[in-house]
Amino acid sequence: MVVGGHTLASRLIVGTGRYDTMEQMRDSLDASGCDCVTVAVRRERLYDRGGKNILDFIDLDRYTLLPNTAGCYTAADAIRAARLGREILKTLGNPGADWVKLEVLGDSKTLLPDPAETVTACRELAADGFQVLCYTSDCPVTAQRLKQAGAASVMPAGSPIGSGQGLLNPNNLRIILEYLKEDDPDYPVIIDAGVGTASDVSQAFEIGGDAVLLNTAIAHARDPVQMAKAMKHAAIAGRHAFRAGRIPKRLYGTASSPTEGVISTRPYGSNA
Amino acid sequence: MIEITVNGRRVEIDSEMSVQQLLDTVDVPPNYLAVEINADVVPRETYADTIVRAGDDVEVVTLVGGG
Repeated sequence: MVVGGHTLASRLIVGTGRYDTMEQMRDSLDASGCDCVTVAVRRERLYDRGGKNILDFIDLDRYTLLPNTAGCYTAADAIRAARLGREILKTLGNPGADWVKLEVLGDSKTLLPDPAETVTACRELAADGFQVLCYTSDCPVTAQRLKQAGAASVMPAGSPIGSGQGLLNPNNLRIILEYLKEDDPDYPVIIDAGVGTASDVSQAFEIGGDAVLLNTAIAHARDPVQMAKAMKHAAIAGRHAFRAGRIPKRLYGTASSPTEGVISTRPYGSNA
Repeated sequence: MIEITVNGRRVEIDSEMSVQQLLDTVDVPPNYLAVEINADVVPRETYADTIVRAGDDVEVVTLVGGG
């Protein structure tokens, strides 16, 4: 899959937050088969520093980092976070230095995005040379505005971040996929946020999503490494199912076995 | 002594110093950090030449786990 100039082998993008330990995170990323992981930009604890740094647990030759602007509530702050993340990744020599997952929140309870601030930040970051991957709601109009603002990918949420509710409005996601890929079939649309379990990932691919970005569903599973494996296989299964083409849903049954040559009679008539 | 703000906390330092000198006082691998003064990123190649002055608002950030 190509997104923002990067070619990814896996269609899963996995977050690095909320694991019990750095070792558990490292093993979960490995089990997921992903080659792109998200990270956040935060103030360093400079003078009473006891913790480990996440960069000691991520193989920078293996993973492309996707820095996010999580926790920002204004376009201005998100732009600052994006530029700081780029500076660190440039120093590390990681290919992720030229892109960003843009997230501008509008509400601290639902963690839903602020559409106006997101569009503003997207336009400015794209003008500044970033490949902008935009977290957004499942609103088709906002998705179109973000693409017009220069987003390299639009990433609608299945449901609120970390909620585990899966895809609450698959019809809106289908409309977004239809609108953004109309006349531009390779435009990447990534389902970001809300995944609870493997079937949610499969569904995201079955409706035509190009990739899925998830974090909490793995990190807070009882067994994160095993859930990471499940997500990997769910992504593969869903993508194959999409490419293969599902059968239409019908009201009535259609027999899989031949109707001719049956030895049985129908004692209650043709509808029996 | 001059007063600056580092990561939201007011701190006093002996005198104006370069970003490089400021970072030399902390125990973090410098390649894990990025620095901003008054909301503008300081490019790494200019750390030695960029002076932190009284009243400056300095942010020093790193990467952490996130989704």
